[in-house]
Amino acid sequence: MRPLRAAPALTLILMLGPVAAGLLGTLAPALGVLPALGGVRPGLTPFDTLLHWPGLPRAVGLSLGTGLAATAISLAVVVLFVAGWQGGRAMRGLERLLAPLLSVPHAAAAFGIAFLIAPSGWVARALSPWATGWDRPPDLLIVQDPWGVAMVAGLVAKEVPFLLLMTLAALPQARPVQRMGVARALGYGPVTGWLKAVFPAVYAQIRLPVYAVLAYSMSVVDVAIILGPNTPPPLAVQVVRWMADPDLSMRFTASAGAVLQLVLVVGALALWHLGERLAGATGRRWATGGARRHGDGALRALGLGAVTLAGLAVVAGLAGLAVWSVAGFWAFPDALPGGLSLRHWGAQAPALADTAGRTVWIAGAATALAMALVLACLEAEHRFGLTPGARSLWLLYAPLLVPQVAFLPGVQTLALMGGVNVGMGAVILGHLVFVLPYVFLSLAAPWRAWDRRYATVAAALGAGPGRIFWTVRLPMLAAPVLTAAAVGFAVSVGQYLPTLLIGGGRVQTLTTEAVALASGGDRRVIGVTALMQTGVVVLGFALALALPRVIARNRRGLRPE
Amino acid sequence: MSAQLHLDNLQITCNGAPLVALDATVHAGEVLSVMGPSGIGKSTLLAAVMGTLPPGFAMTGRIRLNGQDITHLPPEKRRVGILYQEELLFPHLSVAGNLAFALPRHLRGRNKRRAHVDAALEQIGLAGFGPRDPATLSGGQKARVALMRMLLAEPRALLLDEPFSRLDAALRGQIRQLVFDRARAQGLPVLLVTHDAADAQAAGGPVVELG
Repeated sequence: MRPLRAAPALTLILMLGPVAAGLLGTLAPALGVLPALGGVRPGLTPFDTLLHWPGLPRAVGLSLGTGLAATAISLAVVVLFVAGWQGGRAMRGLERLLAPLLSVPHAAAAFGIAFLIAPSGWVARALSPWATGWDRPPDLLIVQDPWGVAMVAGLVAKEVPFLLLMTLAALPQARPVQRMGVARALGYGPVTGWLKAVFPAVYAQIRLPVYAVLAYSMSVVDVAIILGPNTPPPLAVQVVRWMADPDLSMRFTASAGAVLQLVLVVGALALWHLGERLAGATGRRWATGGARRHGDGALRALGLGAVTLAGLAVVAGLAGLAVWSVAGFWAFPDALPGGLSLRHWGAQAPALADTAGRTVWIAGAATALAMALVLACLEAEHRFGLTPGARSLWLLYAPLLVPQVAFLPGVQTLALMGGVNVGMGAVILGHLVFVLPYVFLSLAAPWRAWDRRYATVAAALGAGPGRIFWTVRLPMLAAPVLTAAAVGFAVSVGQYLPTLLIGGGRVQTLTTEAVALASGGDRRVIGVTALMQTGVVVLGFALALALPRVIARNRRGLRPE
Repeated sequence: MSAQLHLDNLQITCNGAPLVALDATVHAGEVLSVMGPSGIGKSTLLAAVMGTLPPGFAMTGRIRLNGQDITHLPPEKRRVGILYQEELLFPHLSVAGNLAFALPRHLRGRNKRRAHVDAALEQIGLAGFGPRDPATLSGGQKARVALMRMLLAEPRALLLDEPFSRLDAALRGQIRQLVFDRARAQGLPVLLVTHDAADAQAAGGPVVELG
């Protein structure tokens, strides 16, 4: 009984402890304090060095620009689509595609898109030579373009499914059918009516996920390495480069950069919040202005087109990775390679199998830990009648709002100072920080929605709280539990920075391997690695979907729908 | 001493505001019907007797069953059975599994427990239904399994939370009769909350109006 009561506190410590400690561990060297490297006197020298780095203005601009653009575009696409197609058949079709789209790791999706839009990618091949006149791949910097356009595209393709999922989850509470009924009866077009009558209620619900997307997009490292510009890169990438510099004194500069990244994210969130209020004021005037439609047909088409493009980019990208991984010689304008061979799979698979095993082990351990903690928290909530307030949701989102690159260098520095031998255990705990919120967010709603009268009936039959949990509630909620586990597993597999920084570069997963191939790696090897990364995650989701169906094949009352 | 359910000066408050008050004794085999419109706190009253009041609710007074004070016992120790409007059969267990869940621990051995379950199924005219998925049963069959499941746990009192209101008219009388007959045969005090006067009439016991 007592350990259960301590579960929420323990979970918060494991989730926020590393974030808080890491921030301190970043802040101290940023102010010149890092005794292990001879920094004992506080000062602003690290910031001075940072300010003298000639790439800084551009790196800062890229972080702000790509982050804000990716967030605004993703949100606009999702809103337009849901506004135009709520409850329609296009929506239901896409809902089925959401889980697989979400499960594709960021790095794999980014590689896929890079392959697609590269000068020798399918897009250029499809247009050549008839439209472009190219008979060889043009010498153009499309991927890693200096403005970060490719990077924004990659981020949008991955954030649209995430925001869409969050929006669909929030939608029922806004009572969209009733609101739209009223709006349509008053003569409003589908999109205009939705924006005026439903969107405000929905946005209030998805505000935190939007913030998380903004913080993530501004400070992402793996996608930026694959799709973003190089000289200079966005600030977060530069911080990681400094962290990896053989000249250890660069860690001071890295820490100053990490602090700056945090300030940038906080500033951008404040800016976004200001934008929300402005949009709210303008929107209220617009909503009461009486205009019934604003080219609703075109807006609907735009929403559908944009969502389709985002989904297609990920799917076609994966297909491209698959083809490259088995491609023999592939002449330029040809849509398909001249020959197929499994040579690269044969050559890479043995070495990668080891890495894949480690990836699965880390993700499995982090997910199991997270699941135990989340179930304990939810059960404590149930047994002791705790009611989580709005603040607990903010705490849950904290690891997703503080940029990884702002506190993970601090964690590494602290480990270095303490002489801790970092290894798999530390990496697993590092992954736990990010797996926990996602497991909690995906399990909490179905867990809380469970009809508590089942517990009362079981108690009336003589079952105590433990027996009710293990033999009634857990089996009845097996499907959402397994889905949450698959989500947690996918989050862990996709982690790049925690593995790299906490593992000190010595713990390799499929994700770190894949990203390491970004600069000048062989396309065929990248294809194999990124596909294995995706495959591991997809396998997790397939198991999570299949298991309840097999176990409950004779239990109609357990099946969804 | 025969079974009796005493509700001594029960007063339930919700965040300090008075909600329901009841002082009553239910004798063995008797049905006390508590009537009143929905939202009056009838289900809360049953939750108080079960020991499952949600946070925010508080109760004063005492609940005694067969002379034992059960006011502070956890729900699973009270041996008070309950039937809701929905049957709430556990969807992950078979029909037999649902009944075996309720069988007391002192019945040991797989064969012995199975024999008990089979006998129970026969009593409610569902012999051979053990391996079935509860979701495939008809409304009347589900209601009978839910009743039998409750009785197998050897309760000392029975609470009924509008258990007949979802059944169609023909079935309602039949199931109602079955429940009351079984309760009377086992000498159980029954507390029924309902908004249907026909239920209270069929119960034939005292009636309390709330609100």
